[in-house]
Amino acid sequence: MADHKKEIDQHSGTETTGHEWDGIRELNTPLPRWWLWVFYATILWAFGYWILYPAWPTLTGYTHGILNQSQRDDVTKALAALKDQRQQAAAAFSNASLQQIEADPNLFTFAREAGKSAFGDNCATCHGSGAQGSKGYPNLNDDVWLWGGKLDDIQHTIQVGVRSTNPETRNSQMPAFGRDKLLEPAQIDDLTEYVVFLSGHQANQAAVTRAQPLFKEQCAVCHGDDGKGNREFGAPNLTDKEWLYGGTRADIHAQIVNGRGGVMPTWASRLDPVTIKALAVYVHSLGGGEQ
Amino acid sequence: MFDHGIFERHSLLLVVGILIVVSIGGIVEIAPLFYLESTIEKVQGMRPYTPLELAGRAIYVREGCYTCHSQMIRPLRDEVERYGHYSLAAESMYDHPFQWGSKRTGPDLARVGNKYSDEWHRAHLVDPRSVVPESVMPPYKFLEETDLQFDTIEEALKANRIVGVPYTDDMIASARADLMAQANPESDDVAAFQKRYPKAQVRDFDGNPQRLTEMDAVIAYLQMLGTLVDFSTYKADAPENRR
Repeated sequence: MADHKKEIDQHSGTETTGHEWDGIRELNTPLPRWWLWVFYATILWAFGYWILYPAWPTLTGYTHGILNQSQRDDVTKALAALKDQRQQAAAAFSNASLQQIEADPNLFTFAREAGKSAFGDNCATCHGSGAQGSKGYPNLNDDVWLWGGKLDDIQHTIQVGVRSTNPETRNSQMPAFGRDKLLEPAQIDDLTEYVVFLSGHQANQAAVTRAQPLFKEQCAVCHGDDGKGNREFGAPNLTDKEWLYGGTRADIHAQIVNGRGGVMPTWASRLDPVTIKALAVYVHSLGGGEQ
Repeated sequence: MFDHGIFERHSLLLVVGILIVVSIGGIVEIAPLFYLESTIEKVQGMRPYTPLELAGRAIYVREGCYTCHSQMIRPLRDEVERYGHYSLAAESMYDHPFQWGSKRTGPDLARVGNKYSDEWHRAHLVDPRSVVPESVMPPYKFLEETDLQFDTIEEALKANRIVGVPYTDDMIASARADLMAQANPESDDVAAFQKRYPKAQVRDFDGNPQRLTEMDAVIAYLQMLGTLVDFSTYKADAPENRR
């Protein structure tokens, strides 16, 4: 207040504001000098920031600042640097064939590491963090392969996916024999017994005999006369102990009724070729890779 | 010295003064975004949500998915490495309200579209731990048991049009037919639907052709997230796309 006279409080020696309530007067203690200077410094800092960095909006855009900084450019550069760094490490890797990679200890270690991290980010969601799979999602540790377990087969599956949006996707569809009423319920019961029998379990012999011509007619086209499957169609082997949708009578019956088939996305558009290569080697090396 | 006593003695002046000071931040930081043409990048491929996606999005908001899942890939190396291209403003331009979120208990979903199969999404929403044992997400089994309510879908499109989403009269008039057609590839309306919403995915999303459930809508929405912009034609280094 410009009009009041300076009043000094006797006890503290500090100026008062001149306000008084019931005989109590308010001290006008000044801010500590150090604090005040820091405050002024932050204001100056802001001016520096305005000059160096993008700051003020204008009518058509914004002030770019002397440094011309851009977060998006920064990330583009960071990614390019990362790619560069990887390419140096991966130069030999990109040129080598999948078979050469597995033969060379250095390249193999690189593929295992790169593949493992990419697997965790992209594949583990369905196939499990240990690639153990679950109902409907194949186990990648064993030697049972729907579409082939050679390095090139695995790489191709990763690239195009299964029943995916990729035009070259691996594709096949087991008919829903029950849902679409292609077979009578009794026939499906017989076929269930037949598949149980194929995998080496006790089954109703009469039903198995009845189902034999039916299997040849309806199932053998893809699964083969002997039920050992056909990788060209991703048709599973029915004579082993591995089941994608479960191996109990009820599971097998449900599969003949509904003809389920999983979808694996195409990764060619999401992952770069080096990562896909590394993934192929990683999956191949999990235990069941074929030569 | 400036005498602030004048503000202290006139409350109306004080209110006006406070309003001016407080609005400076908004005027400088928010207002320009509405008139600057470069705020939203020019991209190929963005289209308004289809009625089924919009219904799925409403369920996503209703269930509060945004409290654990962001939809915003920041321009940082590690995020782009994990989730894909950083999010563009253009990708949220038909979002009312946007679902950027601010917390990631679960992963970012801005580009989850087409990353997993419908079957995976169904299994995961019904029981997240059946496919991801370490997940802490609650189960949403009721989605596949609840018929989708869509008698107000035209109104939802109209409301979006009021706030700037370019739905045409045609789109609004056929909203119900479009919604049902997207979840039923056998429908006669599919061709007309795909003409209105180019490249929209048409299939029975929840694996149960007999019913149109909330699961259909949610999966339809999830499967298109981040898939619209054609990045092959997007110039990340163009001056107008710098930020």
